[in-house]
Amino acid sequence: MEYPDHLKYTEEHEWIAVDDDVVIIGITDFAQKQLGDVVFVELPEVGDVLESGKPFGVVESVKAVSDVYAPISGEVLEINEDLPDEPGLLNTSPYEDGWMLKVKLSDPDELDELMDADAYQELVEEE
Amino acid sequence: MMNQARGLVLDELLLFERSRPGRIGYSLPEAEVPEVLPDAELLREEIDGFPELSEVDVIRHYTRLSTWNYGVDTGFYPLGSCTMKYNPKINEVAARLEGFAAVHPRTPEPLVQGALELMYLLERDLAEVSGFPAVCLQPAAGAQGEFAGMLMIRAWHQARGSRRHKVIIPDTAHGTNPATAALCGYEVVPVATDGLLSLEAVAAVMDEDVAALMITNPNTLGLFEGQIREICELVHQRGGLVYCDGANLNALMGISRPGDVGIDVMHFNLHKTFSTPHGGGGPGAGPVGVGERLLPFMPTPVVVKKDDSFALDTDRPQSIGRVKGFYGHFGILVRAFAYIRSMGGEGLKRATELAVLNANYVRARLEGSYHLPHQQRSLHEVIFSEAGLANGCRTLDVAKRLIDYGYHPPTIYFPLVVQGALMIEPTETESKQALDDFCDALLAIAEEARETPEKLRDAPVRPRRRRLDEVQAARSPKLRWLPDQDAAEE
Amino acid sequence: MRYLPHTRSEVQQMLETIGVAAVEDLFTGVPQSCRLDRPLAVAPAQSEGELLAGLRRLAEGNASVTQWDSFLGGGAYNHYVPAVVDHLISRSEFYTAYTPYQPEISQGTLQAIYEFQTLICQLTDMDMANASMYDGASACAEGVLLCLRAAKKRRRVLLSRALHPHYRQTTATYCRYLDAQLEEIVDTDGATDAAQLRARLTEDVAAVVVGYPNYFGRIEDLAEIAAAAHEVGARLVVAVSEPLALALFKSPGELGADVVVGEGQSFGLPLSFGGPGIGFFAVRRQDMRLLPGRLVGETVDLEGERGYVLTLATREQHIRREKATSNICSNQGMCAVMVAIYLALHGKQGLRRLAQINYARAAYAREQISRLQGFELPFAGAVFNEFVVTCSEPVAALSKRLEQQKILAGVPLQEDYPELENGLLVCVTEQNSKDQIDRLVTALAGGQA
Repeated sequence: MEYPDHLKYTEEHEWIAVDDDVVIIGITDFAQKQLGDVVFVELPEVGDVLESGKPFGVVESVKAVSDVYAPISGEVLEINEDLPDEPGLLNTSPYEDGWMLKVKLSDPDELDELMDADAYQELVEEE
Repeated sequence: MMNQARGLVLDELLLFERSRPGRIGYSLPEAEVPEVLPDAELLREEIDGFPELSEVDVIRHYTRLSTWNYGVDTGFYPLGSCTMKYNPKINEVAARLEGFAAVHPRTPEPLVQGALELMYLLERDLAEVSGFPAVCLQPAAGAQGEFAGMLMIRAWHQARGSRRHKVIIPDTAHGTNPATAALCGYEVVPVATDGLLSLEAVAAVMDEDVAALMITNPNTLGLFEGQIREICELVHQRGGLVYCDGANLNALMGISRPGDVGIDVMHFNLHKTFSTPHGGGGPGAGPVGVGERLLPFMPTPVVVKKDDSFALDTDRPQSIGRVKGFYGHFGILVRAFAYIRSMGGEGLKRATELAVLNANYVRARLEGSYHLPHQQRSLHEVIFSEAGLANGCRTLDVAKRLIDYGYHPPTIYFPLVVQGALMIEPTETESKQALDDFCDALLAIAEEARETPEKLRDAPVRPRRRRLDEVQAARSPKLRWLPDQDAAEE
Repeated sequence: MRYLPHTRSEVQQMLETIGVAAVEDLFTGVPQSCRLDRPLAVAPAQSEGELLAGLRRLAEGNASVTQWDSFLGGGAYNHYVPAVVDHLISRSEFYTAYTPYQPEISQGTLQAIYEFQTLICQLTDMDMANASMYDGASACAEGVLLCLRAAKKRRRVLLSRALHPHYRQTTATYCRYLDAQLEEIVDTDGATDAAQLRARLTEDVAAVVVGYPNYFGRIEDLAEIAAAAHEVGARLVVAVSEPLALALFKSPGELGADVVVGEGQSFGLPLSFGGPGIGFFAVRRQDMRLLPGRLVGETVDLEGERGYVLTLATREQHIRREKATSNICSNQGMCAVMVAIYLALHGKQGLRRLAQINYARAAYAREQISRLQGFELPFAGAVFNEFVVTCSEPVAALSKRLEQQKILAGVPLQEDYPELENGLLVCVTEQNSKDQIDRLVTALAGGQA
């Protein structure tokens, strides 16, 4: 299991890469392993506004569905256009090619509530 | 032990690939009247890709396809919660009688007295088995019966001016329960159980927003809800009603009647308890038993007896309306009626007793070798978990390996509250000998899991197809044949 | 009892293995307060011979279309069912199987359903079809639910009054407690009134629903209705209760339908007093993930061999629970196979020819009846194999009169359409010979055929 140090994490098993007021969001290695082979990804549209804690998309395997929750609030700037055609990217490359959204942060304070890699690893190992 | 029988299994193309231009498999009368056609601008071109086959082509095609299937007539089919009992052949003869099969639903009532009488008698029999004053035969399947039942509950609340908007559903419930509640505009309040639903657990969530409790009895663990009477009383006291999923009625015939213990409405699955065939996925039939409070809200039309004749009553101002066309799956109703009359009242009770005996026998024979998560005395089915399987083998592997032994696997991964559930419902129509052979197979598989786990992981190896790639099917859905897909592959 | 295989000594051995003394001891989980303390008052068991004799008596109490001249249609159609259909569906491997959850030993059902889905797509000219619904009426209701799901904020649904009354009533039941507003569009000349439809179509309409042919047998102008619906972004649901018409008339898909639902009973299913029938449900690719019910898809097995599985199951109730696209958890599997067998037998040429015969015979009957005094054809537009006549004589009396000659003249319309006082819906299929039609005409005119 990988827990890249430069990322932040949520209890819902999402990762967030922060670059000033723009963040990239995806699901963690642990999350993709739990789901199994991802067969379908539903993402919001560019311009949609996310609200922290509310579902913004759906990830499906053959026999399970998971909502994906927004870790922060903000406007969607870009989505990973490759994912709908190649949902398996979430399995093969959860932290790189399997990124989901780029979002413009509306409240930078929300970042303070996220976990660092060590804290997240601890959480996963407890589960 | 493992069946090593051999057989010849033949390949078969799709209908469309077998097709040859100009072949015909039909015989039609002459027009006998002047040939006329609609205006040209209304006419379609020929149907692109439609097959052209001879009668022999069609017969061979479907005969070959049928040999790739496994039915109750092929062998033991212990699918938990599905009650795969034997489908008596006289029922098939009955449904095909000309006076049933060739009767149009809009024939005037005086000319369909036999059909209406049969429906009336079946309603009476189902009412007696379940303890409800009335039964509505219209719903097409269990899920639609459930929908009709919940609509009646909502209509009852509405008629009283109540705006309750929630429904309590235990975590062991079938997925249809929450889906149905949502279709009725209700929010779901889940309630955790410890095998059985407790009065306290219901009391904790039963407030003035709750319209109903949806319960399955016996529940999906095969356990009788021992506090059902008290739970119904509590829900009623607090202004709600109780819906019962009747999927497991095969465990109760002649023993206990849901209508007597306080249930307000319940669906039957005629294709489970009353022996009508599952047909590879349907048609079923899902009549609903209706308690006193809900009688005015029943779907229309309702079969009524006036003096010595039968009629269809549509004049029910508080009815929820109809849930499908015409009057229900009549052909299935005929089969269920034939079954009930073949069994008689005593026979139905005996069927329940032997169904419970069979499940408990399987349980006793497998208990030491498979993990039993719930120790209470179960009725018509028994649920094991995958805990304790050697070498990391999983329920799926056991199921697939059973195929190699010549069995249809039990229900797997349901109910969700059991990790890797293996849910076995033998039904009463299996002999001790059949159960012994099946138990021997499962014991051999547990042994294989210890000694040669790859046999489980590679299974099945005997059928015409090995494990199928469901991930590919879902990632790039191919839901129909297209002519160019052949050309592309060639 | 012949279905219960246990011998007395086997029961004893089984009880010993379980470790209880009597079968009664297995029911200790059922409290006494919940027990039934008397035998079930269900008639005692009958032998097979007795049972069949009793059922025959009940069956003889019904007027069958084989013994009577029937011109009844209205959502259930008297077409000939070739012997092959019943022969093949009587194979135990088809009808005693369960839902194909274990694909390795269910390839027969799965391939047959995949072929059914394809046949429905071809017939309707749509991209994809599901494994079937209960019947036409409930499929229509589910079609409306799909549009409401797809359109999110749009809550109005416009239903043609010329749509089959059962389809309208069932849709109303399904939408009873959902946030949706159902409205009816009047009919002119037996077809959906285009002017009123256009006037009522606004950006808050999720779906327009019309029959094709509609309840009066009329062929609606789907292209115009589709254009009107699409102008405001609404979906067009086309409900087909007599799908044989699609072998002759332009398909709903070609004319712009977004959802095509219907009843497949015409294709090889017995009338059986109205059920079981089979609903079909076809959509455009964009709505694939909103489909209710089961879907079969093609894939490969471990060795790369082509095979079929149930797929896209995350839409369904057993996984998505309260967020599922429908609560349906079966399909009409056996009926779907019957439909596929019927269509395979008739094929490209046979289905077209059959539709032509239906059309020509109905046209002949319509023409003959129109010449009778006291009978009128209220609608002038194109029909398939059904049409409306109005008579000067009260319909009840007329029907009674014809019943004495063992003729079932048609479906009375007044109950559902009060303005069609003494209206009769007459259906003519290949089962009604010219001789039968002539007898009907003579009898209507007051003569003895």
